This record gives sequence, C-alpha cells and structure tokens, in this order.
Amino acid sequence: MRLEQEGSISVGELARPFAIKLPAVMKHLDVLGAAGLVTRSKQGRTVAVRLAPDPMKEAMDWLRRYERFWSARLDRLVAYAEAQEAKAGTMKAQEDA
Amino acid sequence: MTSLTLVRRIAARPSIVFEALTTPEGIACWWGPDDGPVLLAETDVRLGGRFRVRFRMLDGSEHESTGEYIEVAKPTRLVMSWRWTHGGEPAEAGEESRVEIDLRPIDTGTELTFTHSRLQTDASRDSHEQGWTGAFDKLERHFAK
Repeated sequence: MRLEQEGSISVGELARPFAIKLPAVMKHLDVLGAAGLVTRSKQGRTVAVRLAPDPMKEAMDWLRRYERFWSARLDRLVAYAEAQEAKAGTMKAQEDA
Repeated sequence: MTSLTLVRRIAARPSIVFEALTTPEGIACWWGPDDGPVLLAETDVRLGGRFRVRFRMLDGSEHESTGEYIEVAKPTRLVMSWRWTHGGEPAEAGEESRVEIDLRPIDTGTELTFTHSRLQTDASRDSHEQGWTGAFDKLERHFAK
C-alpha cells in the first residue's frame, strides 16, 4: 500500500512500522523480488524499493487469457462426457433388458 | 507463481471423464477453442508419456501444444506439463506451465478441479540471476552483524 502511494521508499522507512528486524524485512523483499513483484536499487547508502507493476499486470493478463481459454473448453468437455455417459447408460439399459 | 483453478460438476462417472480427457477421440471433441477442427491428437497416457494436440481455429490459424504426463492415476488424477510448440501465445514461447486435473466422484457424477499453473517466468528468473540478490545478501550480512 505504501509502495503504491509513494512509488519508491527506502528499506529502512519500509521496515519502520513493523515490529520485525531489518534482516527479516530483507528476506520478505527477497521473496517478492524473486517473484518479480518489487525491484530494489542501491542509492548511496540506502536501498530503494519499488513496486514492479509489469510482472503483476503480466500475471493478470495470463490469468484472464487462460480463464477464457479453459472455460470454453471445459464446457465442451462437460457436454461431451455427459453425452458419453448417456450413451453408456443406454447401452447398459439395453443389456439389462 | 500464478495459477488458475476452475471447477466443474459433470453428470458422468470419473472413468468416462478421464477417457474424455485422455483419448484422442475424446480430445478431438472438446480441445478446440471454437468450431475449428482438432487436426491431430496423440496421447501416451503413462508416467513420462507425452501428448501432442494441434488444432485450427476458424480464423485459419493453427496452434499446437505438447507436454509430458507427470502423474497418471486413472480415473482420479492427471498432471501434465504444457508448452506451446506452434502458434499459441508468442509471449509464452518456450515457457513451460503445468496442468493438474482432479476427478472426485460425487452423487451426481464427477467434480472436476482443473488447475493451470504458470511456473517461474523467464523475466523473474532473469531478474533473480542478474545479481542484485548478491548485493542484497551482502547488505543483509552487514545488518546481521
């Protein structure tokens, strides 16, 4: 949230409101960084943290794309499997008769 | 990691759904995104076996995806890798993702849970390897003193 408002912030400022030590904050930032969601750059003695909007947007695009892609396919799969089930049921009924 | 999960309830028993998911005849009936035809469907449904499906869309474009079966537990679970080898999404060229399908028997048939997961992207892997992590490791050691 603060990153969104302020754009870029130092690790020290970012950590201040939290009751955790700086190395712990760095660990969290490592995880976010590895996921490509934040970037960090060293400016003199401070490290600036910045949200990386592109990977986040890219992830949302991916989700939307595949939701469309698979939703339509799964609907067809459902229709096909249900037709196969109906066929199997009819065959069974004929066998039983 | 980004992942998409979709759930469908199907009025068919799990073994029939499993066949629809894995046989070339089944795949030909649902894999295409529109009324264009599935041109080719090959499956070798066993651990390490591969699938390959090619389809043509109504706009004439052809797309092909392929992958490997990572888990095969007929008729309840199927896990496979997924990769576009022709057409598909240019942004995802060479990117491998994973598809997991669970089939749970319910009173009315089968509950299908479908999950497509994007593994670590090239971009995030690159940024990881570019070495800023090394610099921050040093900084972290500095603070840990």
